[in-house]
Amino acid sequence: MDKTVNQKAWFLVLPVFLIVAFSAVLPLMTVVNYSFQDTFGNNQFFWNGVGWFKELLDPSTDLGSRFFASLWRNLFFSAVILAIEVPLGIIVALSMPREGWRVAACLVILALPLLIPWNVVGTIWQIFGRPDIGLLGYVLNSIGIDYNYVSNEFDAWATVIVMDVWHWTSLVALLCYAGLKSIPDAYYQAAQIDGASRWAVFTAIQLPKMHRVLLIAVLLRFMDSFMIYTEPFVVTGGGPGNSTTFVSIELVKIALGQFDLGKAAALSLVYNLIIIIVCWVFYTVMTNAGADRSRTEGAA
Amino acid sequence: MARIDLVDLAHSYAGNGADPESFALKPISMTWRQGGAYALLGPSGCGKTTLLNLISGIVTPSRGKILFDGTDVTPLSTQKRNISQVFQFPVIYDTMTVGENLAFPLKNRGAAKPEIAARVAEIAKLLDLTPYLNRKATRLTADAKQKISLGRGLVRSDVAAVLFDEPLTVIDPELKWELRSKLKALHRALDLTMIYVTHDQTEALTFADTVVVMHDGRVVQSGTPEELFDKPAHTFVGYFIGSPGMNIVPAEVRGREARIDGHVIALSRAYDKLPAGAAIEVGVRPEFVHVAPPAPGLLTATIDRIDDLGRIRFARVRVGDAKLAARVPPGFSVSGNSAGLVFDAARMHVYADSRLVEGGV
Repeated sequence: MDKTVNQKAWFLVLPVFLIVAFSAVLPLMTVVNYSFQDTFGNNQFFWNGVGWFKELLDPSTDLGSRFFASLWRNLFFSAVILAIEVPLGIIVALSMPREGWRVAACLVILALPLLIPWNVVGTIWQIFGRPDIGLLGYVLNSIGIDYNYVSNEFDAWATVIVMDVWHWTSLVALLCYAGLKSIPDAYYQAAQIDGASRWAVFTAIQLPKMHRVLLIAVLLRFMDSFMIYTEPFVVTGGGPGNSTTFVSIELVKIALGQFDLGKAAALSLVYNLIIIIVCWVFYTVMTNAGADRSRTEGAA
Repeated sequence: MARIDLVDLAHSYAGNGADPESFALKPISMTWRQGGAYALLGPSGCGKTTLLNLISGIVTPSRGKILFDGTDVTPLSTQKRNISQVFQFPVIYDTMTVGENLAFPLKNRGAAKPEIAARVAEIAKLLDLTPYLNRKATRLTADAKQKISLGRGLVRSDVAAVLFDEPLTVIDPELKWELRSKLKALHRALDLTMIYVTHDQTEALTFADTVVVMHDGRVVQSGTPEELFDKPAHTFVGYFIGSPGMNIVPAEVRGREARIDGHVIALSRAYDKLPAGAAIEVGVRPEFVHVAPPAPGLLTATIDRIDDLGRIRFARVRVGDAKLAARVPPGFSVSGNSAGLVFDAARMHVYADSRLVEGGV
């Protein structure tokens, strides 16, 4: 029972505490501080209580209406992105070769879009889609499709979605491929013996075995698409009108465009909370769905 | 259900052009009787799993043909061959219940629902899986999972053969005995041809009517457990089967006499025509040699140690450079470290270049 009391170990944890404090806790506290105050410049602050939050969550105010409009828009965008990228990523992973030099070639090609800086991706598609000098825009217009992402809402959405699919499907595909590679050959041999069709192999073996990586893929793609800023900002600037103004673009407009620090801070906190809650719900639902699996796999 | 014929079957993973000596399976021709229980026995890497995968169609042979009831099935895929196989490690379909797992091979082949239900119930009963039928297969232990794999292999009644690739590797020793006897009972009950791959001689000898011993890509002997024990066709069989393995000693053999270390031992058969230039060895199982007090007329050996196996004791002895094992008769007490060896002449075999030479009467 005589435990040696030695508190020196705390010193080893200290650097981490300091770094986290400066990189995360202090900035977050600043935001929390702003969200409860109002300022008229000159470093003069006035206590505003939960005023900004009330305004933000009331759709009849200007701030509230902008927030909810961009929130629904953003959730719809994330839903479309997940609905396209997850199945597409699985299909790409399934059609990839399993051995030989083609594997390396495929991996390199798939990894390329992931290596490009986000604002460069935006710039590429911004130019690519221009009707006057962009290859895509020019070709589409010359075959008779009236495509213009600057003036047409649908075209703007289509461009942003196709751009995101181009940029990020690789990530889902690579994760799924890793999941597929980890399935022992015996499973495929057993399925052959059992006379399973291609579809049965997919539903009975491949999909269940990809469960974990799909969870990661869905979480990553949700978070990224829900926080998307750079690419649509570069391509459409949030337009035409407000049609591609996602939450983060709205946030930057309020914080840096209008310099409404209090409103922006309140919006940031709510935004952050939504991401955490949605991810938690995703995670819980998807882990529970596969709970039987993980429990026995751990024991076996 | 079918008779399976292998005709000059051979396989190399490097392709047909590879050096014949490097083939994983050297050319073999043999017939597997419908309804037989066979064991493929041999050390790791001897080609037994390759042979199994060739029969099931997972691997396509480099040379030769496989016939099911006289029909060439060599170019057919596994799905079309109508064969079932159980693998070394359990394969479970995670999303399905135990019952659905068992029904899967039947469902894929479009069997009628009542037939599936009846068959699954029968197999589940035989394997004691009935209480688990509605449970998720993933929640079970490795033993139970392997039982499900076995069940999936046995659930189809119309297969040409059921192949087992070391199916009891992951099973607890205690349950191993139980499952092995269960398989034996299943073989009798279901009248299926079963081919069982293993490197464990006990498993092979208790399961099979016919044991096929493989060594270095070749079938060295195929016969009943008694034949393998009494008359090994190859020194490898003598050494591999039995514990301790057969004593193989270099000797000079002439007529009805074998000369070991300068000492003459009588043989019960005459060996007049031995291949010239071949390495001649005499083989005798430790059960048929026993130690006795040193005496003139007995081959003298040095005792290294005595292994007490409980119901029987074996002396590990040396004669010159050769090492032998010999039975220690009950009540015999070892004095000193030298002893005489008494051979049972009728149980001695002569090998030329490792192969059995038939003696004349």
